Amino acid sequence: MKALLEREILELEANARDLRIESLRMIHRRQAGHPGGSLSAAEIMTVLYFKVLRIRPEDPDWESRDRFILSKGHASALLYAALARRGYFPENDLKGWGDLDNHLQGHPDRLKTPGVDMNSGILGHGIAIGAGLALAARQRDLDYRVYTLLGDGECQAGIVWEGANTAAKFRLANLTAIVDYNDVQLDGAVHEIMPMAPLAAKWRDFGWHTVEINGHNVREVYEALMLAREIHHLPTVIIAHTTKGKGVSYMENDSHWHGVAPDDEQLAQALVELEGGQS
Amino acid sequence: MTNYSMREGYGRALAAYGGVNPDIIVLDVDTASSTLSGFFEKAYPDRFYNIGIAEPCMVDVGVGMALGGTIPFINGFSALLALRAIEAIRSNVCYARTNVKIAASYAGVSDYKDGPTHHAIVDIAFFRALPEMTVIVPADGAEAGDFVPLMAEWDGPVMLRLNRSAAVPVHEPGGELEIGRGIQRRDGGDLTIIACGAMVGRVMQAAEELAEKGINARILELHTVKPLDVDLICQAAAETGAVITAEEHNVIGGLGSAVAEALAEYQPTRMRRMGIADTFARTAPDPETLMDAYGLAVSDVVKTAQSLLEGRKSP
Repeated sequence: MKALLEREILELEANARDLRIESLRMIHRRQAGHPGGSLSAAEIMTVLYFKVLRIRPEDPDWESRDRFILSKGHASALLYAALARRGYFPENDLKGWGDLDNHLQGHPDRLKTPGVDMNSGILGHGIAIGAGLALAARQRDLDYRVYTLLGDGECQAGIVWEGANTAAKFRLANLTAIVDYNDVQLDGAVHEIMPMAPLAAKWRDFGWHTVEINGHNVREVYEALMLAREIHHLPTVIIAHTTKGKGVSYMENDSHWHGVAPDDEQLAQALVELEGGQS
Repeated sequence: MTNYSMREGYGRALAAYGGVNPDIIVLDVDTASSTLSGFFEKAYPDRFYNIGIAEPCMVDVGVGMALGGTIPFINGFSALLALRAIEAIRSNVCYARTNVKIAASYAGVSDYKDGPTHHAIVDIAFFRALPEMTVIVPADGAEAGDFVPLMAEWDGPVMLRLNRSAAVPVHEPGGELEIGRGIQRRDGGDLTIIACGAMVGRVMQAAEELAEKGINARILELHTVKPLDVDLICQAAAETGAVITAEEHNVIGGLGSAVAEALAEYQPTRMRRMGIADTFARTAPDPETLMDAYGLAVSDVVKTAQSLLEGRKSP
């Protein structure tokens, strides 16, 4: 694995900041969406879409492309911002998110949006669908890898663990899951509503190669994703410790901002904080 | 005609078709020896995956398999696929329009030994209400088998509803069959009886009894409940003026509802719906006894036809 250069790290960090800003602008414009869980996953999505995924935005249906499933589909603003920036569709499309004639749906829809590999929105399905995609690669002798991003609250859903069993049984080393472990869900703290700790131990017991990282450190995210490629006998899960609402002081760790859009004043403050110190 | 169970007809046909089409992948949920997807497992073990007792997970794995370019046939009990797994089917098969083929076995009351937990009497209703879903209810083992290549080559999600048991055979193997096109199995001008699944053979028998009483029933087999062959139904209704539907399903939401919806809009006709009378059935020593006990006997069809023609409210 090639280590990231300092320049690359700075670029990725700037990219993550831009995706945060774009996500918040989108959510503000539409007065709908999920800011908290979009902000917490910005570095993860940045590293995936700008460093790790083997994709061809000009050929979104390329058979050998790596697949990505946003299992926590409510972070759709972040996904759309990343896809647009990566060149799947014009960034101007983001302005019409949620409009009746716009291809960007509230939650991802593979049939409408170029670059979306699978629909999501009902939580829990990414692991099992990813397992099926990974099995199909094996069956068809294709070398694509499958990635899925899920939330820690999402791990409360039983289907996650049915999928985890399946991926472990079939030793799907071409499947990598990332858990955006921000400890906040719609109604409050995950550790209060339905504790999932020790989350890493649960995944390990289900037979997954399990690593824990700081999900806001692009170098750690990158290295964990690249090392997963070197694991040849088990699926890998990356437990990425994150902060819900990361980068916007009044949103951080506050479940209120799971699914509420900022007003004009709140957006202005958020942009000052996110753009602070940047030219 | 040879008489073998729908699941056997399906299972043998799936294994045979596996040799023709290498893209076919088969999944099951610890019921391969019940659904008889086990025939395929034996023939092509490298294309068979047992997911354990986890129906929603099997749906999702099938979805991923379809996204990855294979044609998955997923197998399980219809009661569980229609209820426990229906969200995954709605979201990931229908809404995402993935090319997943659902073989829903042990349908109706055909799992007579196990009782109402295992009976599937609302499955047609659930599957029929899903956008993008095609719903097929074969009449016997031969027809179940003949639908395998058709559903594999159909573009999009399909649910094939299969009984555990045998039904009175009506279909010659290799006979003409087209998804979405009903079959007129008997001509007659006094009334039309529309059936699917195991009731097709029964209404054919009833038609013979009715003929002895001077009543000529036209029999339509609507093996495809969705998309419905509305033209065939309306034409028969217009020509005979009376319609009975018969199905091994709750009277709510199944074939009878589909036909009633079509007739109410396009060809209002006096009609009766025969099915399980919105109740849970029970355990029985064999499926025939159970169907007879819940209003689906040949004699019930005869009585319903007579009463409809006489204008009485109930048989």
